Amino acid sequence: MSNLFKIFDVSGSALSAQSVRLNSVASNMANAQVASQTPEGAYRSKHPVFASVLDAAGQGGSTTPVRVVGVLESQAEPRAEFAPNHPLADEQGYIYMPNVNVVEEMANMISASRSYQNNVEVMNTTKQLLLRTLQLGQS
Amino acid sequence: MSLSFDKALGVHADALRVRSQRLELLASNMANADTPNYKARDIDFRAALSQASGQGGVGLARTHATHLPVQGGGVGGEPLYRVPNQPSLDGNTVDPQLEQAAFSENAVQYQASLDFLNARFRGLRTALKGE
Repeated sequence: MSNLFKIFDVSGSALSAQSVRLNSVASNMANAQVASQTPEGAYRSKHPVFASVLDAAGQGGSTTPVRVVGVLESQAEPRAEFAPNHPLADEQGYIYMPNVNVVEEMANMISASRSYQNNVEVMNTTKQLLLRTLQLGQS
Repeated sequence: MSLSFDKALGVHADALRVRSQRLELLASNMANADTPNYKARDIDFRAALSQASGQGGVGLARTHATHLPVQGGGVGGEPLYRVPNQPSLDGNTVDPQLEQAAFSENAVQYQASLDFLNARFRGLRTALKGE
């Protein structure tokens, strides 16, 4: 039995996944300029990993919600910057900056917000259809 | 003569069910627009409707007690995978614009089915009142 209410579960799961993505973009951007004394101590950019949740067999499998299976840290090397006057500089005069690529994060943010809007639109349309279905036979 | 709701409502009740199933699939596609390796799915509306209204399509008979029941009525109504126009590197085949267009098209058709059903109910009511 198919039923429009499941769409709210599916789109809701997508909204929560996209908001995790937006959150990680926000924390990456916020920490983009945090200097560190050692390469290990530098902030590493975080990226969520999405996966679709497969229905239990027997449901007909028409809905596939999405979930965040984990948040991975980028393995790229932190940027070494020569700044001998910086209070955190090591003996060679280097400080270590996070491996956050701000341009990449901006593109990521736009993509996440578009997907979020898309799913909100789906939920709105579904709500209208359900309300009209409730009024079936009344006019 | 007995009044049969199934006959009075015609194909529209089945159409509504298939439309809502398709809406679910399209919503799933859009929810997974950024999921790696997700393959977009859709149903062939004509096949699904003829399956749902019990005409055409190939059904499977259960000739033994341990046979599994066929979900959704066998060949025809089940979801198929979309052929991607622009496959992406992460194995995802969802085209958000295409899905959006299909979703709004399907929403309008769902409302059309609702209107047809409403008209049928109005007709029944008029017949019952006998004014």
